[in-house]
Amino acid sequence: MSAIAFPLPDPGILARRDAIIAGLARLVPAEALITAEDERRPYETDALTAYRRLPLAVVLPSTTQEVAAVLKFCGEQGVPVVPRGAGTSLAGGAIPQEDAVVIGVSKMNRILSIDYANRTAKVQAGVTNLAVTGEVSAEGFFYAPDPSSQLACSIGGNIGMNSGGAHCLKYGVTTNNVLGVTMVLLDGSIVEVGGAHLDAAGYDILGLINGSEGQLGIITEATVRILRAAEGARPVLFGFPTSEQAGAAVAAIIGAGIIPVAMEFMDKPAIEICEAFAHAGYPMDVEALLIIEVEGSDTEMDAQLARIVAIAREHGVKTVKESKSAMEAAAIWKGRKSAFGATGRIADYICMDGTIPTGQLPYVLRRMAEIVKGYGLRVANVFHAGDGNLHPLILYNCNDPVEAQKAEDAGMDILKLCVEVGGCLTGEHGVGIEKRDLMTFQFNPEDLNQQMRVRAVFDQRWLLNPAKVFPLEGRVAA
Amino acid sequence: MTLHIPTTEAQACAIVKSVIGSGVPLSIGGGGTRAGLGRPTQTQSTLSSAGLTGITLYEPAEMVIAARAGTPLAEVERTLADRGQMLPFEPMDHRALLGTEGEPTIGAVAAGNISGPRRINAGAARDSLIGIRLVNGRGEAIKSGGRVMKNVTGLDLVKLVAGSYGTLGFLTEVTFRVLPKPERILTLVWRGLSDEGAVALLCTALGSPYEPFAAAHLPAGLGTEQPRTLLRLENFSDSIDYRSRELIALLAAHGAPDMIEGEASVELWRDVRDARVFAGTDEAVWRLSVAPTDGPKATAAIAARVPGARWFYDWGGGLVWLAVPAGADAAAGAIRAAIRPLGGHATLVRAPAAIRASVPVFEPLTEPLMRVTAGIKTSFDPAGIFEPGRMYAGV
Repeated sequence: MSAIAFPLPDPGILARRDAIIAGLARLVPAEALITAEDERRPYETDALTAYRRLPLAVVLPSTTQEVAAVLKFCGEQGVPVVPRGAGTSLAGGAIPQEDAVVIGVSKMNRILSIDYANRTAKVQAGVTNLAVTGEVSAEGFFYAPDPSSQLACSIGGNIGMNSGGAHCLKYGVTTNNVLGVTMVLLDGSIVEVGGAHLDAAGYDILGLINGSEGQLGIITEATVRILRAAEGARPVLFGFPTSEQAGAAVAAIIGAGIIPVAMEFMDKPAIEICEAFAHAGYPMDVEALLIIEVEGSDTEMDAQLARIVAIAREHGVKTVKESKSAMEAAAIWKGRKSAFGATGRIADYICMDGTIPTGQLPYVLRRMAEIVKGYGLRVANVFHAGDGNLHPLILYNCNDPVEAQKAEDAGMDILKLCVEVGGCLTGEHGVGIEKRDLMTFQFNPEDLNQQMRVRAVFDQRWLLNPAKVFPLEGRVAA
Repeated sequence: MTLHIPTTEAQACAIVKSVIGSGVPLSIGGGGTRAGLGRPTQTQSTLSSAGLTGITLYEPAEMVIAARAGTPLAEVERTLADRGQMLPFEPMDHRALLGTEGEPTIGAVAAGNISGPRRINAGAARDSLIGIRLVNGRGEAIKSGGRVMKNVTGLDLVKLVAGSYGTLGFLTEVTFRVLPKPERILTLVWRGLSDEGAVALLCTALGSPYEPFAAAHLPAGLGTEQPRTLLRLENFSDSIDYRSRELIALLAAHGAPDMIEGEASVELWRDVRDARVFAGTDEAVWRLSVAPTDGPKATAAIAARVPGARWFYDWGGGLVWLAVPAGADAAAGAIRAAIRPLGGHATLVRAPAAIRASVPVFEPLTEPLMRVTAGIKTSFDPAGIFEPGRMYAGV
């Protein structure tokens, strides 16, 4: 595939490669600087593997000061910088370019302090999402955002992409769970934004940093909210004869004043793929499945489930299956969270990420099926039903360039559909390169120019993750 | 004094374009009830949202409401209540504290990031603000976010505008995420605790699985002779029975609480939310945001430096409402020096204009962040026509 353009590498920078590497070598220990081609290779892409660019060099600093020194140097030299967390971006947010230095935070992987009384954890940016929960779970706490990639993805990357997960219906996404960051600006200055307190003074620069996709600076540390886990949690499977009925049940549950901690939707193709992989006991004779999770004491969960089951019955639910043990509960979530990996076993796929008003669900499901069928391809749908965040998986064969192009085109049509019905191009994966050229579909030039003017406050020369988020044409620098 | 009252976004754009050349700055007005927040500004003209009213979208099943900026907050809350819903963040009403009259608007709730006790659990106004339409200082109508909960595509300008007090532009429409109203609300009241004891109780409760939605402490002399420590539970009725029982057992070392429901509970939290205990006095009033366990440390340090200081705590101890004799500088230096070693910030909420003009109302920023702040202001408002100097001198 070659649909998404990259800027042409700056020949001047490529010609100075040796000098740039020598300069970097003066700033960080030898083991933190990667220059050999075969060692740079793992950094040439992220989870949007169809696109690859080998970076000029990779730096893996161990301290904020090292990040500051490297960033200052790159800024002075006019060398583009691509920040990298764990490289799990599905939107290509961490894909480098030939004239860029990758600054990866993977070595900055220490949990610095935990404060249970104030319910905060201070961590370095390279700590994985799941490691935060792992550190505090013995005390009954957890870190709420839970993207499917949580075993691998980093807190720094989560902040860059404002990651979500299955449980953000109740607990919010990354931006709602980060209280402060240490960030290095392009000129090498180190800023503390927010802290252990709420609502930092002045403009909400912290809110701006969340989801900024590495365009404003490099995050090296974060103070995140940790929450006390509920006494218990129980996912329940609800199988429906049609997607419309499942969608209507979701609306009715919310309408009844019930906010379950998670409401996940899977259509028949997704059910089949996930069940074959995880053996979670998903019903195979239904067209749509909702995984609804409730929390609380046993009695509370019983009461809440009784209400939800009654509503589901009104909407023609065919199967209700409660997890009877922690093992069954884990299997139910394993099926859902491995949806992407399980799909990868049967076909290549593009995982799309868009958001729609939940009321548009039945229409969008029907239109998506038509769109994908129109290209002669298949789609499996998993999504966060409570907040309308879709993840259609478009199946194709990556060795067939024609089919690959069709899959990409179908994905773009689906994202446009999201915007048409009042939603947006992204949910929790960011824009990256994948949706960069669709930004003009959601925003008019004034909207985009305002965003780019804010971006320019941090990076007037477009050196920080420069090929991402905004279309390559018509960029504004001030 | 010129008053501009556009009735459409296009008119608002035209008005802004017309003043850019003249260099005459604009105040931004809504209901006027929070006009005294921030530094006093020197403007001859006001751009008012009074002509931009009405709810433009309400989808209860999607938990989203949108309204033009000048829509009275009361109208929004009434519309939501009719369908059993509410704004999640319990916005404060500043009228009692600031001695103002008029109708608070939904636009000002967004522009001031106005939250209340529920913030500790449910997030601030800006966490629920999912979409805006705004006229920037170029006279362009721009949008950011949208009507879905996962609203952010590109840079999150919504967050920047929330809490910018009109300095970045003129809001014309705002969209909020909403939540169902709880079936039942119960407040537990412990009496006689010290500040440290109370905050320890609140932190234990907030770190428990029983999910208090609000947590405050009123020391002795604020409303009653005895100190009162408050926890508010919101849930289905059966859950309230269960959770209050568990919490009382968990916190038994602090004594047995009274239980308050209905109007008495609503009234009590309204007092906390609106800082009514400081209404009608001539003291200067500050709002300190710190880590909860630092709340009592901050007040102890301030009490040692500022005679006559009074305070109470919200957000589990992390929000300190502080009243001090206004004096010449509202004790700004002493207060900021007291919290500096702890981390956090202090905002001067109420003081005579002369004091708000001479001491920093918002916590002073470090040099790089001040540079970023000034840059953001210029990026929205290059000619500096919106509320110049309201947040920081020269911005």
